[in-house]
Amino acid sequence: MTKLIKPVIVGAGPAGIRAAQTLVAHGLRPTVIDESVKWGGQIYRQQPGNFSRTAKQIYGFEAGRADAVLTAMRSLLPQVDYRPNTLVWNAEGGQLDLLNDGQTSVIDFTDIIIATGATDRILPFKGWTLPGVFSLGGAQVALKFQGCAIGKKVVFAGTGPLLYLVAFQYAKAGANVVAILDSSRLSLQVKALPALLNQPVVLAKGMYYVAWLKAQGIAIHNDASPMQASGAHGVEKLIWRNSQGDHTLDCDAIATGYGLRSESQLADILDCKFVFVNSDNAWMPQKDQVGRSTEAHVYLAGDGSGIQGADAAEWAGELAGLALIEDRHIESKANHSLRVRQLTHQLQKRQAFGYGLNTAFQDPKSWARQTTDDVVICRCEEITAGDIRTSVQATGAQDLNRLKAMCRVGMGRCQGRMCGPAATEILADCTQQSVQLVGRLRGQAPIKPIPFVQSPATNANGANTKAAA
Amino acid sequence: MSNSTLQCDVAIVGGGIVGTSAALALRKLGKTVILLERDLCGSRSSGVNYGGVRRQGRSLIQLPLAQRAHAIWEKLSDLLGSACEYTRSGHLKIARSEADLASLIVYKEKSEPFGLGLKIYSGTQLREFYPWLSERVVGGSLCAEDGHANPRLVSPAFANAAIHAGAQIMERTQVIEISNSNGLFTLTTSTDQVIEAPILLNCAGAWASFVAEKFNEPVPMVSAHPTMAVTEPMPAFMSLSLGVEGGGIYARQAFRGNCVIGGSRGFALDELRARPSREAIQLVLARSVELLPQLKHASIIRTWSGTEGYLPDHEPVIGPSRTTPGLFHGFGFAGSGFQIGPAVGEVLAELATLGKTSTPIDEFSISRFPSVLSSITTTPGDLP
Repeated sequence: MTKLIKPVIVGAGPAGIRAAQTLVAHGLRPTVIDESVKWGGQIYRQQPGNFSRTAKQIYGFEAGRADAVLTAMRSLLPQVDYRPNTLVWNAEGGQLDLLNDGQTSVIDFTDIIIATGATDRILPFKGWTLPGVFSLGGAQVALKFQGCAIGKKVVFAGTGPLLYLVAFQYAKAGANVVAILDSSRLSLQVKALPALLNQPVVLAKGMYYVAWLKAQGIAIHNDASPMQASGAHGVEKLIWRNSQGDHTLDCDAIATGYGLRSESQLADILDCKFVFVNSDNAWMPQKDQVGRSTEAHVYLAGDGSGIQGADAAEWAGELAGLALIEDRHIESKANHSLRVRQLTHQLQKRQAFGYGLNTAFQDPKSWARQTTDDVVICRCEEITAGDIRTSVQATGAQDLNRLKAMCRVGMGRCQGRMCGPAATEILADCTQQSVQLVGRLRGQAPIKPIPFVQSPATNANGANTKAAA
Repeated sequence: MSNSTLQCDVAIVGGGIVGTSAALALRKLGKTVILLERDLCGSRSSGVNYGGVRRQGRSLIQLPLAQRAHAIWEKLSDLLGSACEYTRSGHLKIARSEADLASLIVYKEKSEPFGLGLKIYSGTQLREFYPWLSERVVGGSLCAEDGHANPRLVSPAFANAAIHAGAQIMERTQVIEISNSNGLFTLTTSTDQVIEAPILLNCAGAWASFVAEKFNEPVPMVSAHPTMAVTEPMPAFMSLSLGVEGGGIYARQAFRGNCVIGGSRGFALDELRARPSREAIQLVLARSVELLPQLKHASIIRTWSGTEGYLPDHEPVIGPSRTTPGLFHGFGFAGSGFQIGPAVGEVLAELATLGKTSTPIDEFSISRFPSVLSSITTTPGDLP
């Protein structure tokens, strides 16, 4: 039976790794496809081979977790078909289309666990396309991967747990953290405390970061929004605003982000049904408690189908693996149902914590309304907030796909992965609709660009020759 | 919603380029119009096609319509308040062999009376004018006044112009029941509205056969799905819209710099949605690099498909129903309705109001198919 099952896991972050571990424990040999050079995902991204920082230096408090996840995958390598550096760009008829080293190939699958993770959720401000402005995740990757900072004098602007974590990591690494601008209000963070106590350890870490940053004399401003970055060739200055008015900071880099957005395009191409999820304020592929999508043998785990963080991703990855085992009637372990119950329970508690995070970290008040016409929303296609508003006026566009057709927002190289959330907010605001009604950009292959010239496509399983062992 | 009944002179099913341009033309003729569109105007094939505005290569019987459309496109800006990126860039039909070049010459001679102004060039001449063409090009036929436009903008712009002229356009409104008695059509919609009109235009594209069947005139129409792809923006290098004799691929560079390429076939995901197939994507990429070496270092950022209606002879159905007075059809354009669409809209408007039209359309009569279809099979074949 297990010979006929060809499970594929897309993404080798905490969710993908735990899913792989679960499948291997049940006698399956999954293929693990990952865009990165090394496993670990964004959160536990590994440094290049010739770097020698300790786990503690790279991952801080998360060193133990990171080590556990990374070691788990290392020990799995002989038992999985691991394909790093590989993009899944399309799916059709029980096969995935891959791109590796400029070459396309095709691989069969019978079961798939989608653990594609997330990117930063960006809310643009004037000048955000200047060199020196990075997403929070990008700033963190620079530090974790290459051990370099995005600048010497860095402002952190946005909201969410990552804002404080990355600022903390930068300050620890010796960068000058000029200020932290959090769009959320302190009162909301206090209000969120009861829900946040669902994950006391995580909460304690968060509070530690804030306390430590304050102890270093780093300014933390709440209810504060970045308004305009400026400079001749890169960022030199940031004007920010709070209830007291506008203020200016000297800086040479800005890291910004307002939470995360799921990379859900593959689920879309696989025809999974999407539902609007209030806690994410976004359309997400629908999943049950254990990660089954609406399509048979397609499972969802981790931040790729709703933002819950790295720990929850591990649980969801294992759960999705267990669901696959169950659905394929593979002999399960004695503690199977107990384990499913435990993990489901942990995920539910994490969900309550998530509600707390949503309360604690909120977008700038009326961000869409406050955003002036000259702010670029879609940098690929150079579409401003004003272009969107004019297009809505002229064409009556009410939904996001229509708006894209009319004014090109989300039509460029990133296919709306970066500008989608901001365009959604602006459209919702100027059509007086909810974010839910505005809809979501439909996923179309390729998930990321593919080159014209490739080596001839290999047949169904010819790509096996590239398998790492 | 209340079950209200609306009355109008002409009801139109389908908000593609034919339906929306008919709505606009009817308003200009003083008729009251209600257009029903299941999704959004121009969201199906009229909005997702390649965007070629091309007369060259059409069957000779389509050329009078194409010429009529050519005059409409010329004044598109005045008509719609926006040029919709329409440009008379020229359309080059490429020959990859001497035999293909010979066919292009035959077409040029046969189409001469219609005045397309075709010019035949050798491969060497073409590469002199257009150095970006590859050595594979043996020759070609240039139609200087053909061109391309942005299909995503055109049908919605026709719809908006029709609305401004007083037409009532109901989007996201599906026709769920349709009947005719005593010379009056009654349409019931998914929004629980009832529309009554003495005249009905069937402009429902690939789904028009359902309407025809309601009135006992089934048509042997099948659906086919193109494979389309687009690059990221590139520096402007290609001024022409390109086609290839014998089919294969077509390509143009949009206003923004993206190269839009198409060819081969996709597949239906369900009744409404279609996608390019992986084989087709690979094929289209390989064929376009063969003709346009510039694309060698480019990337594809998006692919898509649509649903197009094909009849056995790859000609459309345009004209009166043979079973039901007051019903007029305009559908089945075999993947090449974009250029002639606005002329078909005008023709249907004339038929609806005057009962006749100045443009010859007899060849497109639904009567060319037998009333019993069992013996007919339709294949979409490769693309023009």
